Amino acid sequence: MSEVCLEKEEKKRDILESIWKSLASVKLAIFILMILALSSIIGTIVEQQAEPARNISLLAKFFGDSFAPTVYNIFVKLGFMDMYRSWWFVSFLVLFSINLVVCSIERLPKTWKIIKKPLKPMAQSGIKSLPVKKEIKLQANLSDVKDVFHTALKESRYNVFEAAEEGSIQLYTQRGGFARLGAYIVHISILLIFIGAIVGVRYGFKAHVNIPEGGTTSVAYDNNRKSIPLGFSVKCNWYDTTYYPEIDTPQEFSSELVVYDQGKEVMKKVIEVNSPLTYKGITFYQSSYGKIPDAVGHFVLDVSSPSGQEKTLWLRHGESFVIPGTEVKGRIVDFSTALTRDRHSNQLITYSDSMVNPAVAIEFEEPGRKKYTGWILKRYPETGNLMNGNKVIFKDYWGVEYTGLQVAKDPGVGIVYLGCLIMAAGLYISFFISHKKIWVYITQEGSKGKGPISVTVGGSTTKNRITFEQEIDKIIAKTSQAMEGRSKK
Amino acid sequence: MSSANFFDLSAGFYFAALITYVIYLVTRNKKTGVAATTLTIIGLVSQTIAFALRWIHGYSYWLSANPTSGLIEALLRSAPLRNLYESLIFFVWCLIVFHLLIEFKYKIRSLGAFVTPLAAAALLFIDVAGTTTEIQPLIPALQSNWLLFHVFLSFIGYAAFGVAFGAASAYLVMVTESKTEKTYIFWSIIVGIFIIVLVGMGIDFVSLSSSERAQFLQNHFLKSTLRSDSGGVAVVSWIVSIVFIGAIWQFGFGLKKILENLSLTPRVLDEIQYKSIAIGFPLFTLGGLIMGAIWANSAWGKYWTWDPKETWSLITWFVYALYLHARFVGGWRGKRVAVLAVVGFIAVIFTYLGVNLVLSGLHSYGAS
Repeated sequence: MSEVCLEKEEKKRDILESIWKSLASVKLAIFILMILALSSIIGTIVEQQAEPARNISLLAKFFGDSFAPTVYNIFVKLGFMDMYRSWWFVSFLVLFSINLVVCSIERLPKTWKIIKKPLKPMAQSGIKSLPVKKEIKLQANLSDVKDVFHTALKESRYNVFEAAEEGSIQLYTQRGGFARLGAYIVHISILLIFIGAIVGVRYGFKAHVNIPEGGTTSVAYDNNRKSIPLGFSVKCNWYDTTYYPEIDTPQEFSSELVVYDQGKEVMKKVIEVNSPLTYKGITFYQSSYGKIPDAVGHFVLDVSSPSGQEKTLWLRHGESFVIPGTEVKGRIVDFSTALTRDRHSNQLITYSDSMVNPAVAIEFEEPGRKKYTGWILKRYPETGNLMNGNKVIFKDYWGVEYTGLQVAKDPGVGIVYLGCLIMAAGLYISFFISHKKIWVYITQEGSKGKGPISVTVGGSTTKNRITFEQEIDKIIAKTSQAMEGRSKK
Repeated sequence: MSSANFFDLSAGFYFAALITYVIYLVTRNKKTGVAATTLTIIGLVSQTIAFALRWIHGYSYWLSANPTSGLIEALLRSAPLRNLYESLIFFVWCLIVFHLLIEFKYKIRSLGAFVTPLAAAALLFIDVAGTTTEIQPLIPALQSNWLLFHVFLSFIGYAAFGVAFGAASAYLVMVTESKTEKTYIFWSIIVGIFIIVLVGMGIDFVSLSSSERAQFLQNHFLKSTLRSDSGGVAVVSWIVSIVFIGAIWQFGFGLKKILENLSLTPRVLDEIQYKSIAIGFPLFTLGGLIMGAIWANSAWGKYWTWDPKETWSLITWFVYALYLHARFVGGWRGKRVAVLAVVGFIAVIFTYLGVNLVLSGLHSYGAS
């Protein structure tokens, strides 16, 4: 190979190395975090994926009516209208991930070395210069003191090593070295979350579907109103809103869904907000509801008499029924979506188009009595208690509402959750566990095993020094107690 | 007495404590310091009672609406962390607990003068904003344990960040050498804005009727001063505000001497600032981001949608991640990291209030 060629090779390697170094630099990490934080603000001000008119009128507040459309067009070119999916924001996220990986690869070997490095005994003077140090004197013999410290350290879950010299013994130990890996674990978890998100976007979908009560669907619709086949069909048996007593605050939105796969019923569940149904990886969330325009429904009534006979009836407006075991006849004459008594006129009125307080008016007829009409309210079953113990409970006005379902398939969510779990563990390790080292130097003052025993305890920790000091104090207190116990024997 | 009475009582004690801490800062009288601490503790006890009463009340309310509910479910669903009012109250509670822990651990009292204003601001905000103090029934989306833990942990994290903010702002004054330093100017502006908003809300509070207060967030925030419809009032308010910030810049330097005389050292402040963030960051990540995402996924099937609230909590996370990296591997020290701690808390406030206050206002066009 010629010399020029070699030089070129070397140059190429130099360039690669400098790219690698800059990708691994902390400065880049700090820069990316700053850019991500600052640029993310844009998308919280400019409404994302919105109708142009909304953002133009927003921009008009800052730039005036005449400039707003121009600014809007520039913003569109910059991708601000859907910025978290724009090429440049995604590029920053990619750079962020590369930086995470390269940084970790660069630093991990050094950290690993520190963790794996076996602890060595230390000279007494070295122990005395450690950040945490304690000295005590004891009247006892050397090996007793050593045993007591050994036990105390072991009880605190330290793995103790010993080194003996002339007239002195040293115990040394470390714990929690893996805490230094916490940051790497967090980095991996972030990557996992990104991978999970990509899997979700690539192999999953987010869609929506409205199913009328009694209706069935085998597709859902994405944001562009494109239909997505589910591979099975879902039927909505009923939709219902329940309310808190006396007020119109909804307590729960629920629908009964039935899943049919190849014509067979395979699953049935009442879903609520925060309690979805999942079948074959596709999850159905209760997300909205509404009235079907011009729909005519069935009144579902539970009628019973004191003789114990009861019946569930499905009736149309104007139809009649008989309470079983009696001669009481009823006929449905009126319906209100939301019945109340007006405070001023004292008249019964309908105060809302949505089914907040549904009520059915029934005209009752029985031999030897005058006809009378009464309102029965769904939310207040006691309104259906008739004379002679007969009951008419208004269960539902069925067939006039649809349930709005969010339909999502996200095979990546498991990976994201795993990432979250690992992140929590990594954060715990990096912030609440510290790498602690302890040396105990035990020596006999004076000669021939007669003088007092002097103990120097020293230690270092990566964090939480105060707690570490307390731990060492505790160990010393434990040993002094144990020594007293021994001397009494 | 009802829980609201106890809350009012505790708010009164905290305001008294705030004033006493400031007097202590100026006079350095030990007895005044003890009085400030005592007032804070009484306030905390009263607030704890209020919290418990509200929980009990919520519990019986939930049971009356859901007679079949089990004990644990009823306790979780009635935890007083359901709306703006309750979450801010909990924030103040956490903040005071953190503050007292630091006071006893580090034996420093003067930090109180920097932390109690946050508690006071939150309480004043609750009062001005006229957030409903009634126990509200839980709408379906909020009936989730994930959400409960999300709110609970987030606010402990926020309170820790609040303490870091207090320590960082005290730190910035202490290490200032001359008034022309950028960090000192930054400090003057932030502290100035903080006090101006506090005073502005106070004026709003006095001038608004109670029915107007219910609409405070959407329509009346600082409307009686800086955002007044009358041009004259607005201009005067702006001028006064700018002069005020100038005055803080001019006289804030004097705080340095006072703090030095209180045996407060930059080293201790730096340590408190870091330790608070080291507690706040994991809690906020777990509670604020992770549990929030899990809740969103269980309720809507989307764990992340880049809505402004989510995005701002992520921005907050970025700022504190930046803080940790700059400090531990980037070699940033002293003033620069203290500025980040201040910026981080501004992001926290924006995440919690600004998104509702500013951004939703921006998007409401034609209405106002």
